[in-house]
Amino acid sequence: MKWLSAKWLAVYAVVYMIFLYAPVILLPLFAFNTSTIIAFPLSGFTTEWFIGLWYTDTLHIALGNSMFVGVTTALLSTLLGAFAARASARFAFPGKTGIVGLIMLPLVLPEIIIAVALLVMLNQLGMPLSLWTVVGGHVLICTPFAIAILSSSYRGLDRELEEASFDLGESRWGTFRRVTLPLVLPGIISSLLITFTISLDEFIIAFFLTGTDVTLPVYIWSQLRFPAKLPSVMALGTILLVVSVLLLIIAEALRRRSAARQGVDTTLAGL
Amino acid sequence: MKDTDNRPMIRIDEVVKKFGTFTALHGISAEIREGEFFSLLGPSGCGKTTLLRVIAGFEPPTSGKVAIGGKDMAGIPANSRPTNMVFQSYAIFPHLNVEENVGYGLKTRKMSKTDIARDVAEVLKLVDMESYGKRKAHELSGGQRQRVALARALVMRPEVILLDEPLSALDKKLRDQMQVELRSLQRSIGITFILVTHDQEEALIMSDRIAVMFDGRIEQLDTPEGLYRHPVNRRVASFIGVMNFLPARVTGATEQHLNLDIAALGQIKVPRHGIGPDFDTASIDTIGVRPEMLTLLADADDTAQMKVQGEVVDSEYYGDMTYYAVRLAGHDTPVTISMRNTAGRSVVPPGSKVDIGWGADSIVVFKE
Repeated sequence: MKWLSAKWLAVYAVVYMIFLYAPVILLPLFAFNTSTIIAFPLSGFTTEWFIGLWYTDTLHIALGNSMFVGVTTALLSTLLGAFAARASARFAFPGKTGIVGLIMLPLVLPEIIIAVALLVMLNQLGMPLSLWTVVGGHVLICTPFAIAILSSSYRGLDRELEEASFDLGESRWGTFRRVTLPLVLPGIISSLLITFTISLDEFIIAFFLTGTDVTLPVYIWSQLRFPAKLPSVMALGTILLVVSVLLLIIAEALRRRSAARQGVDTTLAGL
Repeated sequence: MKDTDNRPMIRIDEVVKKFGTFTALHGISAEIREGEFFSLLGPSGCGKTTLLRVIAGFEPPTSGKVAIGGKDMAGIPANSRPTNMVFQSYAIFPHLNVEENVGYGLKTRKMSKTDIARDVAEVLKLVDMESYGKRKAHELSGGQRQRVALARALVMRPEVILLDEPLSALDKKLRDQMQVELRSLQRSIGITFILVTHDQEEALIMSDRIAVMFDGRIEQLDTPEGLYRHPVNRRVASFIGVMNFLPARVTGATEQHLNLDIAALGQIKVPRHGIGPDFDTASIDTIGVRPEMLTLLADADDTAQMKVQGEVVDSEYYGDMTYYAVRLAGHDTPVTISMRNTAGRSVVPPGSKVDIGWGADSIVVFKE
């Protein structure tokens, strides 16, 4: 009976993969289709939707906004994540479990709840909505990811390594530069790339908390109201998909390469 | 012996270290001589590693002083002290290869590349690792990591090398080998070594002198032989080697001797061995006897100063030695007796009635 269960497991895996990736494959498929109507059969190959994107100024502004929000979010959440990861990996303090738990909570909190709560609070404070308020919201949801990634880096950084460097005559700054930084750098880059990607893709918080400046996902959403714009949205989606996947592959490759260099387990379990 | 051998290299003066409400070191004082292999021995939590870290400059003492080479170390951080540490985890930098690890400290001294390469090659040769220069930490075995950690400290030419349980991660066979290597290396280069260990055998084999620590205090500071033969109290006696304890009382004392009445053994006159005339001999209620200081009189040729009857309860065979548990008449707890399995001597089976030989030299009287 064993062969049967193995066969069914294989079938299950294949069906699961199709379910997971078929919609994603549809995106580039229709992005290169000549018809404005998103339906089979395909009518012909074109790159005009991609070329059209090049001449859409509102898109470029939205892209610029997203880049600003994404880069700022990545830097801030990685910085905050590094502090928290170091503290939780290195020191014992009262209420540590509770504090770390609360910091990690946004990871599982529904984004709509966070978005609404932040909106109410900002209104109460009388703060005008802008890209900066979006950054604030994104930092809130990205920091837990940064902590999760950086914690494994800091846990791998044995305290005795820094002490050994200091003992060998190196200064505090020299120890940071020659030992700490090289060992946590892959984690930092990985964290920057992943938090940037999360911020780039995030819609709900960006939608609620932005003023007149829209980010890329919000722009895409606004375009969906016009059926004629659908193919160019598909084209834009294709580009975003490729960029996101590339960033994540780079992040993971960097992490694995440095892990392999240090002779640590290279599977995702280390994350 | 060089005449520098007895100069104090490190002077530890009334060092107290507190962590919050916990006192790790209760006023430690000791002198460590130049060129000496000195061990801090004790069970975990006795403060030995804390003392090492105070010497290294990682922990400032709460009070008291540490002087190295006659210079007070107060306020001098670890990176400016003439000490280098071999860490328990070895702390080999994982992103650097063996040569870069060993040359790490030299680079902070603004030495030229060729000078660094020369010193590194020299010290790697010393620890027998010259063909491993390009290896990364994770490509090395435990023993090799240990050598790299040692080389990294040695290349700095410090006045003192501090070793924090450097052999505890190695398997028994490699540990035995490294003990001998480390000892002969220390002798040949003449640098002062301070070793922290919980392994009494390791301390006995390697050290010139040993400080036995319990609960943040040095209980006894002596040579390995001094510690083994004349432990000051029961705690030290049972920590170093195996010791039988028997109830005893002093029935009389002269300037040179004590008259003892020992349970299950009998009366005997023993030399005072440093028990001063002021010592309250009435406070003595226990004496110690090492397993090898008692003899199982199984052969007709065996003789002894004194004899007592016993029965073999159990035996453990170690090849070269056999350890017997022997119940003596009038004493419930069996005593441990070790016998070398020399030619013609066979293992005595449990249940055998035997004569136990002993003498005045067998008895250890505790000063505390």
